[in-house]
Amino acid sequence: MSNVIEVRNLTVTVPTSKGRSPVIENLSFSMKQGEKLGLVGESGSGKSLTAYSLMRLIKNPVQIDSGEIFINGVNVLQLSEEDFRKYRGSEIAMIYQDPMSALNPIMKVGDQIIESIQLHKKISHKDALKLAVESLESVGIPEPEERINSYPFEMSGGMLQRVVIAIALSGEPKILIADEATTALDVTTQERVLTLLNRLAEERNLSVLLITHDLGVAAQFTDRINVMYGGRLVERGPIKDVFTDPLHPYTRALLDSRCDYTVDVNQPIKSIAGQPPRPDNRPSGCVFAPRCEHAQERCADSAPELRTFSAREVACVRVEELALGKKL
Amino acid sequence: MSAQIIDVKNLSRAFKGSGGSVLALDSISLTVKEGTTLAVVGESGSGKTTAARLILGLDKATGGSITVLGQEISQLSSNQIRPLRREIQVVQQDPFSQLNRRHTVKRIIEGPMLAFKVGDKSSREQRVIELLEAVGLQKEHLTRKPHELSGGQCQRVAIARALALDPKILILDEAVSALDVSVRAQVLNLLKKLQKVRGLTYLFITHDLGVAHYMADEIVVMFRGRIVERGTREEIFQTPRHHYTAGLLASVPVADFSITKKSSHEVVAQATPVKTDACAYRSRCAVGRDKKDCAEKTLTETMGSQTHGWICHFPINR
Repeated sequence: MSNVIEVRNLTVTVPTSKGRSPVIENLSFSMKQGEKLGLVGESGSGKSLTAYSLMRLIKNPVQIDSGEIFINGVNVLQLSEEDFRKYRGSEIAMIYQDPMSALNPIMKVGDQIIESIQLHKKISHKDALKLAVESLESVGIPEPEERINSYPFEMSGGMLQRVVIAIALSGEPKILIADEATTALDVTTQERVLTLLNRLAEERNLSVLLITHDLGVAAQFTDRINVMYGGRLVERGPIKDVFTDPLHPYTRALLDSRCDYTVDVNQPIKSIAGQPPRPDNRPSGCVFAPRCEHAQERCADSAPELRTFSAREVACVRVEELALGKKL
Repeated sequence: MSAQIIDVKNLSRAFKGSGGSVLALDSISLTVKEGTTLAVVGESGSGKTTAARLILGLDKATGGSITVLGQEISQLSSNQIRPLRREIQVVQQDPFSQLNRRHTVKRIIEGPMLAFKVGDKSSREQRVIELLEAVGLQKEHLTRKPHELSGGQCQRVAIARALALDPKILILDEAVSALDVSVRAQVLNLLKKLQKVRGLTYLFITHDLGVAHYMADEIVVMFRGRIVERGTREEIFQTPRHHYTAGLLASVPVADFSITKKSSHEVVAQATPVKTDACAYRSRCAVGRDKKDCAEKTLTETMGSQTHGWICHFPINR
């Protein structure tokens, strides 16, 4: 299968009092057609900026310093803004956390879908209306002929997120980025929206990049996972392998600190001491080292690159000994 | 047995809207025992926060009674309720917006002591430092302002402020929902430790069942203004009887592949609720959807044990 997305050595920086500092550093990853890829990490790990980079929505003072982004084989960072518009929406589309702020509050949802359809297709209003009704139906909104005349405030969060998905898919993109798209929803609604995304991905052979801080959502939805920390990828591989037997100390600590109903209520939850790095105070060497319980002096020497180990890739100089230590 | 520190009976709150009044709380009753945690769970719009506001005395009930530390408060004016504010404090969801961004951490934590004219300058300062240490912050944070702190640190400041007057009760309204996984773990551990050391009583409002499971001794499940099920943690998580509770539990995504997730409950397309239904969950319930009783027959709570109660026409059989 071919790669629909290929990111090579992407570095994104922000200005700080000490000069420009990376918030995404040397990031490389790829995504196959029809794949459901997860990107997990905490606030500030660079996962949303990765999405914005893919959509070319990075604005001053944040800058893409170096790297290449290929979408269906085309290096989109070299395209003019005008040329990239043909990609945005029709090759790659994105949905966000808060559906209410993604929509125009004083415009009927139907008109917003029609607007988006007519942006991509030269068709009459009447035909676009027909397509809009169909698209609402395909995202599971009951009574679409009536709902099309609703305003956003008349709909629930789950319904609005469906409208946003319908708009995102109106240009028939091949790639959908879902940035914390179910985070603001109730668990029951979240499950329905994830089920919907799953069905759409299958029906349309859509590739979905799911960005989330919720490890449970990633486990439920994705095939493969990328774990980010401090702007770098620390581990990636098949979701089941990574979550069952995490190899990077950060992945392990992250999984240990989750609080779902499988944890022992009589024990403190294992948490990660300290704070994630700030852009103006990035550690030299491994970004996680200052908070890592396995860190040694050499971890501060240089930033470890991803290396293949046990059917996945891990960026930790101590991965072999730590994996061995676990088995002993 | 420990005493009931919060005792709510048949509490209702109706809001008048353009299309008639809406019952945000429909005759709920609950009790919290001293030194324990009661979690209130439910989705948005279930009435969790309305209940919290009433118990805090920030809003007036349209029916029922609220007894906090032996004092009935539902009809008190804000002046009359003021002395009780020393005993019942709140921590809210958004770490930043609940703190005055122009104040330093010291001024924020000192706030309640100033409001109640407690101690003198040096004793207050001493107390602020004690509180900072109790929530895991250092002296160096005293002069910082909220924007110089992370979300987790702000939440710690909010907890320190809530503890400033040594209250007996903390209302935690989605207090960890905005935090990252690793920071949330730190704050939950802190809350558990503080409860143990200070004998605090928590009313823990959350939509996150994992957090409720970890924190709560007892849990009430709310749906559209009503309590549909109540019980101890074990009763709710191991033997839920209401279909809504079971549905909630089945919807929680778990990042543990050794647990075979129970086959997802039958998902009924998001249906518009029928206002006249006796059971508000009927339109979404796979079992009750077609049953006449669920539409017409009003039920009272069935108690399966001293602690476990539910309101359901066709409860899940165990």
